[in-house]
Amino acid sequence: MADERKVKILVAKPGLDGHDRGAKVVARALRDAGFEVIYTGLHQSIDQIVQTALQEDVDAIGISILSGAHMYVFPTLIQKMKEVGLDDVIVFGGGIIPLDDIPKLKEAGVKEIFLPGTSLETIVEWVRENVKPRKVTL
Amino acid sequence: MKEVEKETSMFKEEVLKAIRKEQERWERECLNKEISIHPERKEKFYTMSGIELKRFYTPCDIEGFDYLRDLGFPGEYPFTRGVHTTMYRGRLWTVRQFAGFGTPEQTNKRYKYLLSIGQTGLSMAFDFPTLYGRDSDDPMARGEVGKCGVAVDTLKDFEIIFDGIPMDKITTSMTINPPAFVLLAMYIACAEKQGVSMDRIGGTVQNDMLKEFIAQKTWIYPPEPSLRLVRDIVVFCTKHVPKWNTISISGYHIREAGATAVQELAFTLADGIEYVRMGIKAGLNVDDFAPRYSFFFDSHMDFFEEIAKFRAARRMWAKIMKEWFGAKNPRSWWMRFHTQTAGCSLTAQQPLNNIVRTTIEALAAVLGGTQSLHTNSMDETWALPTEEAVTVATMTQHIIAHESNVASVIDPLAGSFYVEWLTDQMEEKAWEYINKIEEMGGMLEAIKLGYPQKEITESAFRYQQMMENRELIVVGVNEFVLPEYDLPIEILKVDPEVERVQIERLNEVRRKRDNAKVRRLLDDLKDAAKDEKENLMPITIELVREYASIGEICGALKEVFGEYKDPAYF
Repeated sequence: MADERKVKILVAKPGLDGHDRGAKVVARALRDAGFEVIYTGLHQSIDQIVQTALQEDVDAIGISILSGAHMYVFPTLIQKMKEVGLDDVIVFGGGIIPLDDIPKLKEAGVKEIFLPGTSLETIVEWVRENVKPRKVTL
Repeated sequence: MKEVEKETSMFKEEVLKAIRKEQERWERECLNKEISIHPERKEKFYTMSGIELKRFYTPCDIEGFDYLRDLGFPGEYPFTRGVHTTMYRGRLWTVRQFAGFGTPEQTNKRYKYLLSIGQTGLSMAFDFPTLYGRDSDDPMARGEVGKCGVAVDTLKDFEIIFDGIPMDKITTSMTINPPAFVLLAMYIACAEKQGVSMDRIGGTVQNDMLKEFIAQKTWIYPPEPSLRLVRDIVVFCTKHVPKWNTISISGYHIREAGATAVQELAFTLADGIEYVRMGIKAGLNVDDFAPRYSFFFDSHMDFFEEIAKFRAARRMWAKIMKEWFGAKNPRSWWMRFHTQTAGCSLTAQQPLNNIVRTTIEALAAVLGGTQSLHTNSMDETWALPTEEAVTVATMTQHIIAHESNVASVIDPLAGSFYVEWLTDQMEEKAWEYINKIEEMGGMLEAIKLGYPQKEITESAFRYQQMMENRELIVVGVNEFVLPEYDLPIEILKVDPEVERVQIERLNEVRRKRDNAKVRRLLDDLKDAAKDEKENLMPITIELVREYASIGEICGALKEVFGEYKDPAYF
């Protein structure tokens, strides 16, 4: 039954940032919570992330970024997702992100930003509430 | 496990027997009664690495303890008490704050400020594109230029960064790995322009590629060619740059990626063993290059475990160098190390509390006998530190050095039953890992099997779970949480203009240089790279003198060496 399929999440590390501890811990927690999780590995260009999201037909993309490039990465990602018709894929993220950048990121279309110290439970719960399987367009 | 050597043990059998007997009485008469009325806070107590702790320690816990064998004297084998004869009574540790951001001009200004407030050595932080050997105009560099450190494309940037800073008077540590050969070449060429020849410069390149594959994940080429570049630096400096520390064998990143203290210790030493074998294989005499290997550790929040780790590390390295490799020069037995307080222990919540965390960690590093120290700033879970935050972090070191009086006595915790027991524990557990890695054929082979990577991923997950179920309390995060807060501190913002300015400068350099010569030298570099026996340092120095960029040099080698891809274990 199509609407009972597992929610599929892409956890991605954009750019050159090598800090993958958070991304991997979150990816594993989401997998343990019953979601289908794909982890891109490090050093992905934004185009590569969008391509993977398309091919894997994911319901949400979680971006982990600790390099300070978030104000470039998130808006560019969302723009490129729109261009290929992935408007309804939810984008969330976490990392080293100053508080006053958060409203700007949300305005750009990021659904939620999780800061250091967020519990895995909070993230899992949020995904459960906010990410539903997308309707497959034929 | 150390066997009990009765003759040299400091404790007589009768004394130990009497202590055991008295302790049994105390447990019967006092302890049992007490805990039946007031149970202890937890059923079991552990170190952060998961070593179970007793209530207290007595001579019975270190019954084989042999002062001369296990500790010795400061500056003598096995160096448990410290590598220098007078330690901090002679000279305090070097205050070395890792810094760099934005443009070379901004970084030059920050370095001059740090030197003016009593810092005694520089430590360069580079931005991500530089760390990966890419130019500021590389498509993958978008949004990251100048963000996590200073942007460096060509020698021109180095000339600006060191403008007015005498390179014969300071030492500089550069946190740089795959492109270490390029940055070292730039440092040499820049010093040359100041009239300082390469035999007079002093400093460190991190140049530790093994830990990159294990933990920090800054790589360009596959493991073998990566190690070849490490080797070229070691061989070149051994012959021409005698005051340069050629590898900073780093546990810091291994720990920050989630390893326990025991894993940090074990994997770092296993990396060190691999690098010693590499030098020997390159035809060098062990006593000619080993004294120029230094180490870099993390100092986390479990105070005594960290101190025990530092003491065990020195003793283990001394044994490895003397007994395994037969080094004769006492300086080869030395483990000199830099310490940074644990970035991953800091919290975004209630950031002022981070000053306290950093102080505790810094104190552990000093009691553990570090040679240099970086103290993190309170605001680093939010962004790069502001000048004010860096000042507090720097002054923390001065307060420990000058006000606490801990620097007056060498290795002051030696002889504590607990600290000696824990030092033995760290050593014993680290040897177990090292032996396992040796069975795999050494660290390079272990990395190819994904062994240390998977171990760390496991530990990182376990650590997070311990926080989730509150076995591990972090103030402000899972206990003593304050509702809604305003961030009480200023945050540093790197101007996005940096990217444009940097690309403009790079283009200008490219217009002005002798491009035909650069192209010819790049071809020579590729040819040299194809011959495994060639040392790539001399030609790289020539290239940077001609203002070839880091991206051009590293890019040329990609054509020969290929690129490494993340195996993405999670």
